[in-house]
Amino acid sequence: MATVEDYVARIEGTCGEEKDVIVIFKYNKKDEAIANILKKAKTQKSLSGIIFELTFQNVSFRVYASGKAIFRSVKDKEGLREILAALLL
Amino acid sequence: MDPYKIREDFPILKRKINNHYLIYFDNAATSQKPRQVIEAIKSFYENCNANIHRAVHTLSQEATEVYESAHEEVAKFINAKDIAEIVFVRGTTEAINLVAYAWGLRHLKRSDEVLISLMEHHSNIVPWELLSRINGFNIKYAKVKDDGTLDYEDLENKFSSKTKIACLSHVSNVSGVINDVKRIARAAHEHGALILVDGAQSVPHLPVDVKDLDVDFLAFSGHKMLGPTGIGVLYGKKEFLEKMEPFQGGGEMIKEVFFNKGTERCSIVWNDLPWKFEAGTPNICGGVGLMEAVKYLKKIGMESVAKHEVMLTEYAVKRMKECKKVTLYGPKDLSLKCGIIPFSLEGLSSHDIALFLDNYGIMIRSGFHCAQPLHQVFRLPSSARASFYIYNTREEIDQFVKVLKEIEHI
Repeated sequence: MATVEDYVARIEGTCGEEKDVIVIFKYNKKDEAIANILKKAKTQKSLSGIIFELTFQNVSFRVYASGKAIFRSVKDKEGLREILAALLL
Repeated sequence: MDPYKIREDFPILKRKINNHYLIYFDNAATSQKPRQVIEAIKSFYENCNANIHRAVHTLSQEATEVYESAHEEVAKFINAKDIAEIVFVRGTTEAINLVAYAWGLRHLKRSDEVLISLMEHHSNIVPWELLSRINGFNIKYAKVKDDGTLDYEDLENKFSSKTKIACLSHVSNVSGVINDVKRIARAAHEHGALILVDGAQSVPHLPVDVKDLDVDFLAFSGHKMLGPTGIGVLYGKKEFLEKMEPFQGGGEMIKEVFFNKGTERCSIVWNDLPWKFEAGTPNICGGVGLMEAVKYLKKIGMESVAKHEVMLTEYAVKRMKECKKVTLYGPKDLSLKCGIIPFSLEGLSSHDIALFLDNYGIMIRSGFHCAQPLHQVFRLPSSARASFYIYNTREEIDQFVKVLKEIEHI
């Protein structure tokens, strides 16, 4: 059975008052991860297929074609994991 | 200097990231390495790897010679008197910690003051704050103006007979502002204080002459000046280094450890400078790489390096002003700064900007850049930062601005 770890290489907190969280997808799974996310999240805006502004369960985030996503206002890592599980699996 | 010719020496610049040729604008964090440095490291390990000092075999003598030559090369590069004033450390952070603990721990009393500024990198704040918790001295922070320049009046007013050391950066790692170190050194010495300069962002980019600046300590990192990571330098005036106790204890930094049967304790005689401050087996190969990096920069000439970066900065600022949603921070007078440009883009966090640029193979930094107090001055939650070096070109800036303009449409 697939897990979040199958798709995610690293989750990094950023420095800065925004407290954004960056999710870096595994290189060989990034296209699949992005496809799964795009199926489930609501696309607010996209630009040239490079950047997707999305919302899911009242959480706004952006996904980049390079295989990275930036989540805002995430309460904690556990909360983020739950969102990622719902989006990816 | 010809940046296009220089680029041929940097293998990494041929790399493509996300199907775009790499544009590396994160030089304030670390620089790329030329083939000459990479080859020197490889050659050392292939031909003369051995531990230095106190061995009679050929390899050790060769390794010792090359490691000591690295100290000599660095001494000449910053116009130090001799290698006794050049201590190899891990980087700027360790160099500042060395002064804090080897000098500050013994010399700073509860009634004393340390003077720093709000533009400092955390590595020039945290060691002093930590030490003040032990020794109880006070730390005064000189103000920074809204444009990122140092408030010299405030700084000079904060000097007093209590001030024992002033610790300031030569160039801000966020705004690129160049501080008038000679003026600060003069003020410090007039008050009987020492001056420590964080040269992490100046030594790689400007001609730096420690005698001319009259600084007592200068800290800088090899990896920001084409050298490898894990090697840096503390320059210290011999008269101060001689009086200081060692920072760390171990092999290499001692001449003798003699067990005295009468006292049942060991008597220790410190080694000569600079080895007194280099405990344990040092980063020998790091020193080799740093020496090659210094040779490379000397060949170009630091005046030429600085001139190239001024040209790039002026061009980048001019082009970035074409972007309607971009705000630039730092002084308007570009002669006051180096090739570091902090900026923000309306409606986007600095991390979004960095991630977007990354899609086009453009590497910049986002966040606080280890200088949170300066972001409080700028009233910024974080900032994006583009920083240049010898191998960057106007064409790269054109591409960078082109992508910034695309981001504005998000």
